[in-house]
Amino acid sequence: MANSKSRVSSGANALLNWFDDRLPVSKFWKATMTGYIAPKNFNFWYYLGSLALLVLVIQIFSGILLAMHYKPSATEAFASVEYIMRDVEWGWLIRYMHTTGASFFFIVIYLHMFRSLLYGSHKAPRELLWVFGMFIYVALMAEAFLGYILPWGQMSYWGAQVIINLFGALPGIGEPLTQWIRGDYFISDATLNRFFALHVIAVPLALFGLILLHLVALRENGSNNPDGIDIKKNKDADGNPVDGIPFHPYYTIKDIFGVGFFLILFSFILFFWPEAGGLFLEHDNFIPADPLVTPEHIKPVWYFTPFYAILKAVPDKLLGVLTMGASVGVLFLLPWLDRSPVRSIRYKGLWYKILLGLFTIAFIRLGLLGMAEGTPAQTWEMRFWTLVYFMFFVLLFFISPKAKTKPEPDRVTH
Amino acid sequence: MSSDDVNKGRRRFLVATTAVVGGVGVGLAAVPFIKSWMPSAKAQAIGGPVEVNIGKLKEGQLLKVQWRGQTIGVLRRTPEMVADLAKVDGVLADPESAKADQPEYVSGEARALNPEFLVVNMHCTHLGCIPQMIPQVGPQPFDENWNGGFYCPCHKSKFDLSGRVFKGVPAPTNLKIPPYSFLDDSTVMIGVSPQGAV
Repeated sequence: MANSKSRVSSGANALLNWFDDRLPVSKFWKATMTGYIAPKNFNFWYYLGSLALLVLVIQIFSGILLAMHYKPSATEAFASVEYIMRDVEWGWLIRYMHTTGASFFFIVIYLHMFRSLLYGSHKAPRELLWVFGMFIYVALMAEAFLGYILPWGQMSYWGAQVIINLFGALPGIGEPLTQWIRGDYFISDATLNRFFALHVIAVPLALFGLILLHLVALRENGSNNPDGIDIKKNKDADGNPVDGIPFHPYYTIKDIFGVGFFLILFSFILFFWPEAGGLFLEHDNFIPADPLVTPEHIKPVWYFTPFYAILKAVPDKLLGVLTMGASVGVLFLLPWLDRSPVRSIRYKGLWYKILLGLFTIAFIRLGLLGMAEGTPAQTWEMRFWTLVYFMFFVLLFFISPKAKTKPEPDRVTH
Repeated sequence: MSSDDVNKGRRRFLVATTAVVGGVGVGLAAVPFIKSWMPSAKAQAIGGPVEVNIGKLKEGQLLKVQWRGQTIGVLRRTPEMVADLAKVDGVLADPESAKADQPEYVSGEARALNPEFLVVNMHCTHLGCIPQMIPQVGPQPFDENWNGGFYCPCHKSKFDLSGRVFKGVPAPTNLKIPPYSFLDDSTVMIGVSPQGAV
């Protein structure tokens, strides 16, 4: 591109040329979009990555506007949220965007992760891609937890109480650690103030870095696909994969269609059902935080309930915390636990369909049980599904290298 | 100087020592920032120990004080109250206070350094309400064989005069005992354990 004489130098092109000589604009666009060849058999599950980015943009946009009216102080926080809802022009819209966005973030991320379980997208050479994704997921959980404190309602307060006290279960360092996190001997103004700082600056910055790594790792090896076969093995005379198409315009157009459909769903919740019956915005959180009265029934928001159920299933406090930690931690190891020679569920064989089916039921059932009051019968059911949850990984490790697989096709199928 | 002249061992040593010294420096430099998260001087002042004068407390009288945002009760028990504690063991969920949140230096039925004085965190271990003290022995609307104790109006949890929880009530554990010590015969320091105790 150094030879500027050979280029059309008029209007918009001239401007682009000027930039290209100083910043790799066109080069970057070609490398990541028009020249990035993706498998041609993407299906529904491949909308979710771009949708996750969309929700991130919605959260940042609405979050910045919320931060302009919100007051991170124990005496003013609850009232400032009500002020946003009632007095700030369109404040209700901005806040409901943010609360609905939080739940949709987890819906999208859970489906996005499930896609990997279906098609083996975590398997070599994409292990790091998966690990970065897991770090994003953990950062997102932290972000959601921190944000949940900010309205300073009863659930904010007592949810924080329960979660921070989980660290107190650690032997020796537990008590000082909880004081260090709270900045006080109980959940107080100091806690709220620092959680606000973490929620609006620290964790979002970490998220950006992780998302960047996630995307760079994705572009390095390219996307997997529903057949789990490598399209680079089958190239035409020009060296382009026969089963590949440029990401732009093909998948940008597809993703825009997905965005449209997603926004219809999102708007429906946002405008007609923002509390989602107490799932997205819990009823008890419309009561200001009261350190003297604990709500009758404490539970986290729906996206944490599977892990909360695992915590409740274990009768010992420390073991419960460790088991809950392990339930997230084991996901990091997935690329090394899945030792199957093929990636996709289509060719792994019946055993994997059964395992993944049970795992999915366990996760959903644990989520429902995590919200429930907790009768003794439910406790036993939680223990059963916790066992199923962990057995998925154990069985995957032992069955995957030996199980008979179906032959993979040479070309992708639709 | 050609690459053959490079003293690789010396170079490795220099890189390693620089890294170690730098690492220690970074670690030490991080201390102020990590410590800035600890409870501030203001929070510590509010959360600091509380001195309570119990010299004027009459037998059977309960004194309530605030410590770290919690209501702490100091009850001066009569000798009969102390003697009666053993009577209720049968209806208690945890008479030995095995599951209770209490310092190691209090034990037994009295749950106190000095059996005469019960120092107890008044918040019900169920949902944090403050139970009422009903010291009278005799039938009560909520218990026909009442032997004196604490009764929580919120969800009907019952505790004896040592804060030990009854069976079959919502509260899971005995009332908490905060760390405390006696400065002298008439002064209790709440928030500080006796010297030498954990």
